[in-house]
Amino acid sequence: MGIGFYLQFPFAQHSLEAAFLVAISCGLIGPFVITRTMSFAVHGASELAFTGAVAGLLVADNPLTGALVGAVVVATLIGLLGQRASERDSTIGVILAAGLGLGVFLLGYYHGYASEALNILFGNIFGVSSSQLVLLGALAVGVAIVLLVIWRPLLFASIDPDVARASGVRVGLLGIVFLFVLAITVTLAAQVVGTLLVLSLAITPAAAAQRLSVNPVVITALSILMAVIAADGGLLLSFQFASVKPSVLIVAISFGFYVVARVVGPFVAAARRNRTVVPELAELHRG
Amino acid sequence: MSAPRVELEHATVRLGQRTLWSGLDLAVSDGEFIAVLGPNGTGKTTLLRVLLGLLPISEGVVRVNGKPPTRGNPDLGYIPQQQAFDRDLPIRGRDLVRFGVDGHRWGIPLRRGAANQRVDAALESVGATAYANAPIGLLSGGEQQRLRIAQALLGEPKVLLCDEPLLALDLASQRAVTRLIDDRRRSAGTPVLFVTHEINPVLPYVDRILYLVRGRWAVGTPSEILTSERLSDLYGIEVDVVKVRDRYLVVSAEDEMPTEPGAHAHHDHAH
Repeated sequence: MGIGFYLQFPFAQHSLEAAFLVAISCGLIGPFVITRTMSFAVHGASELAFTGAVAGLLVADNPLTGALVGAVVVATLIGLLGQRASERDSTIGVILAAGLGLGVFLLGYYHGYASEALNILFGNIFGVSSSQLVLLGALAVGVAIVLLVIWRPLLFASIDPDVARASGVRVGLLGIVFLFVLAITVTLAAQVVGTLLVLSLAITPAAAAQRLSVNPVVITALSILMAVIAADGGLLLSFQFASVKPSVLIVAISFGFYVVARVVGPFVAAARRNRTVVPELAELHRG
Repeated sequence: MSAPRVELEHATVRLGQRTLWSGLDLAVSDGEFIAVLGPNGTGKTTLLRVLLGLLPISEGVVRVNGKPPTRGNPDLGYIPQQQAFDRDLPIRGRDLVRFGVDGHRWGIPLRRGAANQRVDAALESVGATAYANAPIGLLSGGEQQRLRIAQALLGEPKVLLCDEPLLALDLASQRAVTRLIDDRRRSAGTPVLFVTHEINPVLPYVDRILYLVRGRWAVGTPSEILTSERLSDLYGIEVDVVKVRDRYLVVSAEDEMPTEPGAHAHHDHAH
């Protein structure tokens, strides 16, 4: 029983579609996460999606809604307590530890299937009900639309906040909007790869893309492409290799992209230097 | 004579309990180059923030191009001090300039071609075409500042606001950057408000100086303002202004003297 066999089933098709949309959101947001040095926020938000999911599981047997509520709470807390970059890391660390402790505490009261809890950590999109898959896809589309709308001012504010402010960009407000979009994206990604492996979709493709280009549009396109190939490619491969968890295959593909980009990147950069920078400048920068 | 591009009448700014400056009167007309001098924390940058619509004044009247200041005012071009960008920052010189076209706009740009042409022309005009596609983290301070000027001039501003654009630049770059700003003033008549620690690099271009010291201020030509009497009065301590060839040096026997316009002390200024 291989890929073709599973593809007949609606659950498999819908999972692939939802993962596709989630991967697009992740690919879009990834370059901003790196530019704004918010990888740790991604990690924090995803760990706390775990707590939210466990709470959702306990209260309403609904981990996705719980995780979404958890993500919004986390974004609000980080936004309130850690707007300054200097204190953001420590704030996230504190919230992460407290929230994760709460999650483990809550897990003690959960007497359902152990696999449910494991799914939260390592993801199992095939276990998500079809109505929830629709919600997942719709939210992913929503996130992508918001990101496209704020793309230019967000890039401006991320690269050059002082001049952006002088040009009328609401830098602080955008930062908060971005935080909420990020928290929701992370929660969506957690449904595909699990809360522990979110970074493989939200960071790795963007990090690989940045090794290959310095053009923000090209980077974003590459990041989306790699995230989509990793997410859907991982799911498809899991049909073939049923003993391996899909999230493991997703991580493997996205890490593979990164390794290739690290190897190829210096050559791409050297070619770019020869093409664009005048010789005496290239000489200057060699040191 | 046309109406002033920038007008302040009895303008006062208070931050909390502290009065940064009060009763400030200044009118800047087309073609003028105004240097804004003074020690750290006297509200030089704050003046620019007021004009940019980022900070309301507490008393008085401010007009930019005849209108009250607003956020995102397209009549203003803003050139900040150079900044240490990360070497890996994934953005090219031309992207930085591009922000000047539509960086503040929502949505995805539809008319790429027209914007790119404007960016190309702006890059050309400051001599930055050669490194337009290089990552900004690899550019020198002088190269970066050329891009900043291109970015600011793209919007055809009516007034140029410069906040220490020469800080940490080598002498040659200081000259090149100042000359580019001055070129614009001469060709388009765009008046310049130039916040700086050091008067000497811009002295040949300066028409008038606005000197701010702890809530007090003085406006006049360099030869009017840069005298021992005038600055001693402003600082409230004994200050000597010495002219050595074409450079002014401001010295004081007292340690209290914070930062002199001719000295090489660079500290963070108030934001």
